[in-house]
Amino acid sequence: MFSGIRGRIIVILIAVGLAVGSLITNGIALGLDLRGGMHLALEVRDPNGTMTAEQRRDATEQNLHVLRNRIDQFGVVEPLVQKVGDERIIVELPGIDDEQRARDVIERQAFLEWQLVRPSNEFLGAVQRLDRAIAQQLGPEDLEELPESATQDSAPATRQAIEEALFGRADTTAADDSTAADSAALPAVPSERPLSALLLDSGRDGEFLVAEQDVPRVKRYLALPGVIDLLPRNSELGWGSRPEGQGAQLYRSLYFMERTPFITGERLRDAVAGRDPQFNNTIVTFELDRRGGRTFEDVTSQHIGDRLAIVLDTLVHSAPVIQSRIGANGQIDLQQAPMQEASDLAVVLRAGALQAPLDVVEQRSVGPSLGRDSIDQGIIAGIIGIVLVLGIMLFYYRTAGIIAVVALAMYVLLLLGGLSGLGAALSAPGIAGIILSVGMAVDANVLIFERIREELAHGRSARAAVEEGFKNAMSAIVDSNLTTLITALILYQVGTGPVRGFAVTLSIGIVASFFTAVYITRTFFMIYLTRKRAGEPISI
Amino acid sequence: MRLFANAHYEFIAWRRKAYVVSAVALMVSLVAALAWQVSRGSWLRYGVDFSGGTLIQVRFEDDVSIAEVRAALTEFPNAQPTRFGEDAEYLIRTPQVGEIASEAAEEVPLALEAAFGEGRFEILRTEAVGAKVGSELQTRAILAILLSFAATLIYLAFRFEWRFGLAAIIATAHDILLTLGLISLLQIEVALPTVAAVLTIVGYSLNDTIVIFDRIRENLHGLARRADFDQVLDRSINETLPRTVLTSGTTLAVLFALFLFAGGMIREFALILIVGIVLGTYSSIFVAAPALREIERRWPAARKKPGRPARARATA
Repeated sequence: MFSGIRGRIIVILIAVGLAVGSLITNGIALGLDLRGGMHLALEVRDPNGTMTAEQRRDATEQNLHVLRNRIDQFGVVEPLVQKVGDERIIVELPGIDDEQRARDVIERQAFLEWQLVRPSNEFLGAVQRLDRAIAQQLGPEDLEELPESATQDSAPATRQAIEEALFGRADTTAADDSTAADSAALPAVPSERPLSALLLDSGRDGEFLVAEQDVPRVKRYLALPGVIDLLPRNSELGWGSRPEGQGAQLYRSLYFMERTPFITGERLRDAVAGRDPQFNNTIVTFELDRRGGRTFEDVTSQHIGDRLAIVLDTLVHSAPVIQSRIGANGQIDLQQAPMQEASDLAVVLRAGALQAPLDVVEQRSVGPSLGRDSIDQGIIAGIIGIVLVLGIMLFYYRTAGIIAVVALAMYVLLLLGGLSGLGAALSAPGIAGIILSVGMAVDANVLIFERIREELAHGRSARAAVEEGFKNAMSAIVDSNLTTLITALILYQVGTGPVRGFAVTLSIGIVASFFTAVYITRTFFMIYLTRKRAGEPISI
Repeated sequence: MRLFANAHYEFIAWRRKAYVVSAVALMVSLVAALAWQVSRGSWLRYGVDFSGGTLIQVRFEDDVSIAEVRAALTEFPNAQPTRFGEDAEYLIRTPQVGEIASEAAEEVPLALEAAFGEGRFEILRTEAVGAKVGSELQTRAILAILLSFAATLIYLAFRFEWRFGLAAIIATAHDILLTLGLISLLQIEVALPTVAAVLTIVGYSLNDTIVIFDRIRENLHGLARRADFDQVLDRSINETLPRTVLTSGTTLAVLFALFLFAGGMIREFALILIVGIVLGTYSSIFVAAPALREIERRWPAARKKPGRPARARATA
């Protein structure tokens, strides 16, 4: 039924109709490089390779769910969150313009913990051990160049408080020395107590202050092997999330807390960004689930008067004093942070914490204007290219050229329809693939037309020449299309990103080009021949 | 109009000259590659896709000079800004440090903001690739090229005789080597689209060779007893010459349009393809066919057996 002209026309109309229908209903999806957007590849952080493959796989799987939740709430149109292999997550956010914010939402671990703050005295009882361990491990030169803040104290009163707490009761002479000749006597001492010399009393229990410029040094000391183990059992130190100013000098809080959190973000039911009516600070209020609420009530009722640290990703956001029993609700104080930050924090808290921190191993982003430029350039270059091809075909093959041009127009429709039907996104390399497959489509027509001309030159009738031309050109067309298709499929299988986009359009293009050259062009020739009397020459 | 109709060029007789041309071109490629290898430590200039690192494309509102951009980036001693295009547009590359892809991607814009002020520039594109992903992409690109090569060989061995397959592979290898030579010589940045371009050349060159081989196969079938092999080759090349010229010409016209009107990535892509298509056309005539001749002379086919090549026409 499809060998007759009528049957062929029906097949062609159906194919073109499907293509146009798909284009109208689905449109053509544009790749991130054309519409603008961000592509991220993330992997579970494991710099020392201490996790097993299975742990990494599990963490990746868990993180995938969390990221899906977060990005769903982030408000991007058509986001993509996908696992690639066992250990990599791909996130694609079309049309995003604030990359930094998107990355914060994705990368933030959002591990929320509530830890009780322990009394300063307990820490001070242990700090001499820490000092000794640090002094032992550091060379003398390292200790010599202690920072100015240790010698030129801007807050002698607080230093004195620590001195007293440290040495006052046990060793009166030391206390006398330091109080009498405050800054003069101090330089010799810091080399013996490298850590405590940098800690200032905050006036709040369980919290010390470190001058902002000393923070890296203290962090380095605490990271020395074995130092942290000298803290009292089940305790740890946690940094404040942001520096606090006292005049020109900035200080960072260092909290002494229970190591085990009594509750974590897992028990969080909801989190909402808002503003604190009293101080107009940005806050995130949260609500715990029933079990979390009960635990919270129990612990707070036993610790009235103690401080409770709210720790997000190992940083202490606030440590309010427990005034009374607290139920299922609470808040995180972000002080003067912009509202946007609070709502992003609420999003990540609602979506849950990442099982393990993620590293960005690949980032590609294209701003919307570059995407627009690329589309414009691609379209202009494509139109110029196609006009050139059509011009050459018309000029060279006359009437047969018209056939080729109409067939090529249908080819372009089929290709675009195929792209939209398969939901393949069009990327810049994809445009290159289209142009290449236009070349293949033209080549198929050229092969056929040249063959027909050869047959005509051998003295065959028009009808026989067309028949033979198609027949003889077929094997070359099949072979060249198939080898290219094989290459394209392998590229698709093995390639990534842009190479894949290229392979997709090329594959669809080859199939469309084969159909066009072999079926559509042939049908047009059949129609053309029915209008010719036998023996009348054809224009080719 | 019909170009090159009834041409009777003696291509096979010119093969020795073609060998010299190819040998010289290969030598130049080899010398260039060695020179770059010695002077820069790598014969190819890998882009961030393969070497890892960060590439940031920035467009400034004002006409900012490259010295000003450098001055803004003093914190990043390894950052290399280069002018890109005609406007005040720059590519800033920083090499990879560690696994995490994105530090420079975050910090360079901050440094630019500090120097030029917010809103005075636009980040058009950011590509940050960690070292691990870079080497992965490299492996996959090489794998893609080798696999497509192998698959094509298998297909040709199945569709043609192995002699044809081998000759086609020799011609394609010739094209790939020379294209790589050019990429090395001009130090064109090798990124993922470059791989796509090289593979396109492979496809085009094979396509061209297949069309000629298809004709050779057909002519051998008809003429084996009457004509000697060289004549069959010449005749086949001449018969397909109109098609070769028209297809190459059309494709080149399109590529020149791309080269002239498109910018950036597409432009480089087009340049590589232009060279590749000239090479592919040349090699299918002057490398593939002579290679087939040499193979045929060394291992002559038993052509007298009837029916063997008949399968080749099965699709007709």
